[in-house]
Amino acid sequence: MISKLREAVICLKAGRVTLPYPFAAEPVPTRYRGRPIFDGNKCIGCGGCANNCPAREILIADVCQEVRVMRYLGQRCTYCGRCADVCPEQAITMSPEFETATNDKADLQQELHVFMGTCQRCGRCFTPPSVLEQLMMKGYRMDDLSTGRWVYKSSTFLPAEGSADVEIELD
Amino acid sequence: MLRKFCRKAFQKSIWVYHANSGGCNGCDIEVLNVLTPYYDVERFGIKLVGSPRHADVMLCQGPALRSTAKALERAYQAMPAPKLVFAIGSCACGGGIWYDSYSVIGPVDSVIPVDFYVPGCPPRPEAIIYGVAVALGLVDKKVAPIKLKQLEFPIPRYHPEDFECKDGMVVYRKLERI
Repeated sequence: MISKLREAVICLKAGRVTLPYPFAAEPVPTRYRGRPIFDGNKCIGCGGCANNCPAREILIADVCQEVRVMRYLGQRCTYCGRCADVCPEQAITMSPEFETATNDKADLQQELHVFMGTCQRCGRCFTPPSVLEQLMMKGYRMDDLSTGRWVYKSSTFLPAEGSADVEIELD
Repeated sequence: MLRKFCRKAFQKSIWVYHANSGGCNGCDIEVLNVLTPYYDVERFGIKLVGSPRHADVMLCQGPALRSTAKALERAYQAMPAPKLVFAIGSCACGGGIWYDSYSVIGPVDSVIPVDFYVPGCPPRPEAIIYGVAVALGLVDKKVAPIKLKQLEFPIPRYHPEDFECKDGMVVYRKLERI
């Protein structure tokens, strides 16, 4: 009996703990990482975010030599922030936005059409030992935008005979 | 006034069934967090039930695996007819980061029809409450697809008219970082 009374006293001491969330928004913690926001004006299309994404959900499709389509699917993003970490131009920011519930998966997508500068000699290339090495992106890529999957080899779309890499002689 | 609004808004209480088809338990804990006194959704009439036959809403966590897809489908079929399915967490929404491995079939909606998606890894308890509010039609969804196209070539050499001479240096007017 006394123990029950003591329990009641403890419960009354705690007071009301319920947060007023649906009626008043709580501020998120300062270091909270929500949905990444891609800035299309700052993006240079280097592809570092796509190569460092553990969920492999940033897709790159090189429509032609000068235009690159980057699509962020958003559905299996774990908000790890590696894309924002690796971005050399700080074009990706992790917003504190968490109210992303939707009835359509396509609402979460973000798509960028980026102009690409090309090397006049070889199309698009750069020397490996540089800052850009951590981005792990070289040459072209054509991911499957319709199914939202990576295409691992750039030689997938080539015929079997021509799949060997082209060697360029340097003098 | 708030009480009146709540009475009108939550005329019927929804009972939820909590199905994990191979997640890591992160989203489970967030869903149970919603039911604790801190986020107390029982004041809205949302109640956790143990059987899909009693439930109106199924909360799915984790991707559909080869071993659990059939059980998930059977649980869905056992629910009585006006039913909603929520995919909670990035595994249920898109298959998670192991979406292309052998044992993962894919997101939950490759097995059963999903009505609402709550992405996040794991989503905050607030985000789950927000998803329920979206489903009940109390609030509008906030996200929309974003499409951006660069209309102008960002490299200055293509726009020589924007060059400026400043302190003996050539400065590109539109770009502050060069």
